[in-house]
Amino acid sequence: MTEESIDWIARAGRRAKGKRPDTLHDYNAERTLSILLAVAAEVSVLKERLDTVERLLDAKGTISRADIEAYQPTGEAAYERAVTAKEYVARIMRGMQQEMEAMQAAPERPMAEISAELRDS
Amino acid sequence: MKQDVPPPYTAVARHAVFPTPRHDEAARYNFLTAFNKYLAGTIGIGNKIAYDSRVLPAFREEHGRDPADRFEIRDAMNEDPWHRYWSALKRNSMEMRQQNGRSITLRQIDELSAKVRQFNEGRDTLQLDPGLPAPHYMDAADIHCMPGNYQGEERPGDMSAGANYDSGLFATTGGGLGALSDGGGQALVEWIRRERPGWTPRRILDLGCTVGHNIVPLALAFPDAEVIAIDTAAAVLRYAHARAQALGATNITFIQMNAEDMSRFPDGHFDWVQTTMFLHELSGKALPQVIRESARVLAPGGLMFHLEQPQYSDDMPLYEQFIRDWDAFNNNEPFWSAMHALDLKKVMEEAGFPPDSQFTARVLAVVDRTIFPQAAEGAQEDHGRAAAWNAYGAWKPEA
Repeated sequence: MTEESIDWIARAGRRAKGKRPDTLHDYNAERTLSILLAVAAEVSVLKERLDTVERLLDAKGTISRADIEAYQPTGEAAYERAVTAKEYVARIMRGMQQEMEAMQAAPERPMAEISAELRDS
Repeated sequence: MKQDVPPPYTAVARHAVFPTPRHDEAARYNFLTAFNKYLAGTIGIGNKIAYDSRVLPAFREEHGRDPADRFEIRDAMNEDPWHRYWSALKRNSMEMRQQNGRSITLRQIDELSAKVRQFNEGRDTLQLDPGLPAPHYMDAADIHCMPGNYQGEERPGDMSAGANYDSGLFATTGGGLGALSDGGGQALVEWIRRERPGWTPRRILDLGCTVGHNIVPLALAFPDAEVIAIDTAAAVLRYAHARAQALGATNITFIQMNAEDMSRFPDGHFDWVQTTMFLHELSGKALPQVIRESARVLAPGGLMFHLEQPQYSDDMPLYEQFIRDWDAFNNNEPFWSAMHALDLKKVMEEAGFPPDSQFTARVLAVVDRTIFPQAAEGAQEDHGRAAAWNAYGAWKPEA
């Protein structure tokens, strides 16, 4: 690999000009969420890379790094990988999705209240 | 059940100056595509549920009335924990897309620069003006959290801003713009062929062309036309010119110019003046001036055509206006909100287009539907990024 003339790792993460919205009203939560999402993305990347390795091994029995880099899924393989990514996102987003369902549910009482009621009924 | 999923990033067409992604970089975009689609399509409706089930009732309780405008809804929604968290996720997604695109582009900047230079050096079809200042609305914030904005240069003569922009369009739109991210430009070609079969413009002008992805299809469809594409940012023009040349669109001249002052062109010089997702990146004073200049350089009988996301009208529910405004405040699009509330028809009328010369049309991205998806509209729409637009156009009356 040739030496690039700029520090691309540092420059890639440069901040965009413009005050960032303080969405969560919590400095630590904002920073932690950024880390968590980046890690979530990397897990997805690893899953996809493993899938590439498995598919290439299935097809060829032995593979090189160049094979992995050159791999371009089409048709059914592309579809299956996209479904895997969709399912992965759905799994890590379960909290948001269930909170969304909770907003639609009828008002619910604390479990201790129901528990006391069931004890005597 | 067949799942609704986007195509893989590797379906992107790699023209000669496209930044080549490694396996994991493409996978990173695939994650972001799936993530964006989930946020907009699967749980985007959660914002409306929060609004209907608790934000609006609380607002009515406190104020004794409904919200008067989209800003009151925004203030109220910004206190809702579910909406706040959704916004935080989406903002991070936008930032992650930029980091990935810049990483891909900047690690191969020397190689890419050399390729771009091969297409650009000594060509009179790329005309830069180093003395042209960035307009104030380009300097106020880095649009869509794009570090350095369109004009940012990592070093003198840089083109990486354009390469990064081209690299990420596919992921941000979930492939809705097709293999070359040119579904908007392809839609223009299809629209004009249906609307005016046989019409052949002699000169076409594209304003705010960025990487030229929307003008290349028009230039290829009208190979005998003289096409001019302008932008204020040299960094995207360098890349745009090389990209167009690589794709065989050699009849486009890219010029660094501010559309507010096109005095270099005589009156009535062009048969078609085009903007695609450009007007919302101007300012309150610049927009009418750009429309006036466009009207001046347009020939009688010529076409002015602007593709944008839908304008906010009295017919559009305030909640929809609010959610369409998300990018304005959370993704660095500072003119988005004001622009979409403008009466564009009035602006065009004041520039010399009588109401009966004006029209609107719905335009959908034209892509290979065997691979690429149709953009979701309505409740599942990714507002601000949907590959479906409203066209605000006019045929200039004959003198």
